[in-house]
Amino acid sequence: CAKNTQPTGTPPFEEEFPDLSKHNNHMAKVLSKEVYGKLRDKQTPSGYTLDDVIQTGVDNPGHPFIMTVGCVAGDEESYEVFKDLLDPVISDRHGGYKPTDKHKTDLNHENLKGGDDLDPNYVLSSRVRTGRSIKGFTLPPHNSRGERRIIERLSIEALNSLDGEFKGKYYPLKTMTDAEQEQLIADHFLFDKPVSPLLTCAGMARDWPDGRGIWHNENKTFLVWVNEEDHLRVISMQKGGNMREVFRRFCVGLQKIEEIFKKHDHGFMWNEHLGYILTCPSNLGTGLRGGVHVKLAKLSTHPKFEEILTRLRLQKRGTGGVDTASVGGVFDISNADRLGSSEVEQVQLVVDGVKLMVEMEKKLEKGESIDSMIPAQK
Amino acid sequence: MASSFSRILSSKRHIGILTLVGGSVTAGFLLHREHVSAGVPVRRRYPASAEFPDLRKHNNCMASNLTPAIYAKLCDRATPNGFTLDEAIQTGVDNPGHPFIKTVGMVAGDEESYEVFADLLDPVIKERHNGYDPRAMRHPTDLESSKIQSGHFDERYVLSSRVRTGRSIRGLSLPPACTRAERREVERVVVDALSGLKGDLTGKYYSLTQMTEKEQQQLIDDHFLFDKPVSPLLTCAGMARDWPDARGIWHNNEKTFLIWVNEEDHTRVISMEKGGNMKRVFERFCRGLKEVERLIQERGWEFMWNERLGYILTCPSNLGTGLRAGVHVKLPLLGKDPRFSKILDNLRLQKRGTGGVDTAAVGGVFDISNLDRLGQSEVQLVQTVIDGVNYLIECEKRLEKGQDIKVPAPIKLFK
Repeated sequence: CAKNTQPTGTPPFEEEFPDLSKHNNHMAKVLSKEVYGKLRDKQTPSGYTLDDVIQTGVDNPGHPFIMTVGCVAGDEESYEVFKDLLDPVISDRHGGYKPTDKHKTDLNHENLKGGDDLDPNYVLSSRVRTGRSIKGFTLPPHNSRGERRIIERLSIEALNSLDGEFKGKYYPLKTMTDAEQEQLIADHFLFDKPVSPLLTCAGMARDWPDGRGIWHNENKTFLVWVNEEDHLRVISMQKGGNMREVFRRFCVGLQKIEEIFKKHDHGFMWNEHLGYILTCPSNLGTGLRGGVHVKLAKLSTHPKFEEILTRLRLQKRGTGGVDTASVGGVFDISNADRLGSSEVEQVQLVVDGVKLMVEMEKKLEKGESIDSMIPAQK
Repeated sequence: MASSFSRILSSKRHIGILTLVGGSVTAGFLLHREHVSAGVPVRRRYPASAEFPDLRKHNNCMASNLTPAIYAKLCDRATPNGFTLDEAIQTGVDNPGHPFIKTVGMVAGDEESYEVFADLLDPVIKERHNGYDPRAMRHPTDLESSKIQSGHFDERYVLSSRVRTGRSIRGLSLPPACTRAERREVERVVVDALSGLKGDLTGKYYSLTQMTEKEQQQLIDDHFLFDKPVSPLLTCAGMARDWPDARGIWHNNEKTFLIWVNEEDHTRVISMEKGGNMKRVFERFCRGLKEVERLIQERGWEFMWNERLGYILTCPSNLGTGLRAGVHVKLPLLGKDPRFSKILDNLRLQKRGTGGVDTAAVGGVFDISNLDRLGQSEVQLVQTVIDGVNYLIECEKRLEKGQDIKVPAPIKLFK
């Protein structure tokens, strides 16, 4: 339920409407004066307002080529209370996804076909990540220190009870030793205090490093970030091209964690329309990014590279992650979709698409044409 | 003047006008903290002890003074605008500080913050302002520039002179908490008033959202343009929100009187000129400030001010006069003398590099200004700077001649 926040004598909403004339993000495209006027007096039960939702998008006009989302959720209810803004944003960002659409969740790794035979001469590493939010708590843009600490405590309890291939240890950011920090950096596990204004303007770096930490298993193949951009970010990874194994471990680990949280009456935020609820609307649905680091030196310079990626429903990033450049012809290739298709479907696209691109790369190396291999739009 | 804010203002101005009467028992009574309404109740799901920030690695005035007991007492309060303790201290929690530089670590979101959170702000103010006790002392305001003695420096040493302060518009929230509408109202009120300035103060406003490339370049060349804050001390306090909406720069045609709108405070007012005529800089400063005040009062507004704290600004370090009077002065020999810091301390002066706070001195040229802000009047502080800089110049001259210099006796605070 939404409560009216404004006392009498408040200026009319036109006086508060942000100047978005130089902006290029999903929020700015959708937020009309009418929508603003309708929503600005509302707040979620925890007190999150429209101005809170859009602050990051007001402060970060965007880039002419990259379309950022420009809004965040402060809690699960944000997606309801501010649906007049968030539904169209979600539709724009997720390929026309309608307010009446249902999202499929499928974490049965056995439904994935193949994925264990990507050529390790080309596919250097494989990784699947997602996020999870713990029901009953507000999200990183809005949560208090007390909430964040409880999320940390619950996460540690759940993770410490894992065994077998998942047995591991938690490293709180606040008390980590120099040696531990060095090791985590060397393993590429450590996350930093966010510096991107997209995140800091949304309040996600408040009270850093209080309540933040990293958990990983002994084998260093399953990793959980606590209280970074989401309550939990869960990552399964390993060197080489066995995406099938990475996905198996991902699904099994996630389900074990979810069971433990549910036993303590703290399930994950999920609904059948939006799937898993996360801070950024771009991560709704599966919240899943499954990808590889793959050598595509020749294919990446082919004039049809971008088109191939689009048709395969994949995206490229540099090997440093989002907003980095590729180094030595090695690209991070991952699924572009999050909402409207299941985990299995999205990883299947990565597996099939990368397999095809490696074959194309091999052809190009031999000086042969790849025209006959260009796929149809998936 | 019909303002969409008039209904909010009527209740706040009630308090303000009684304060301006000054000295009366009634005014003091009405400002006593218990009478300020608590505002919207704060959402609280966990006990204060679960929310108390971890300040063990912190070194700022807020962290030195915030006890769990004070936190527990204040954490469920909010000002009438809804500004909370957590918001006030967020910048200090996010910026632990530096072992050598002690930052303040908290801000006010509105005038009422200084009342509602007095249990924390009073000790912070006392620590920052060298023992000034807001509960027991009164701050003197004096903008009569005719009282200044000498004040024309030797221009072989003093390259430029400058006085700055800030002013807040009563009834509107401060930069950490203001909404876009409030910020735009500050801009409207101030720009409207400034358009009434005449004579040598006649000038023009350059809005950050609308300035042309040419205007921007000119303002950069004049060293007038201010940037979006990057310091986390400011960004963590929410002062850069909605940039550059309702921000701008006004200056007179002669480029000797400059006002920043909606940067770290509602307004920052600067009087400056090349050379050493500090008396004239201060005279223009006082005249300009009084004229701006008269112009906003004509339109039904006033500055935030009270007897305890003087002029109310966002950062507790700028309370009182909010005044920094300084010069760029060549002291190549004195600057290398081991007694330099002690001399400055005793004269109640501070040095900065010529780029301002947190910069280094270049070519033996120092930015020398007053240390204090609260507990002494504008006239007193500017006189302190004048007397002190004259002393420093004397020292430099003596060192040039190979003569020895003396460390002066420390000046007494709170005259």
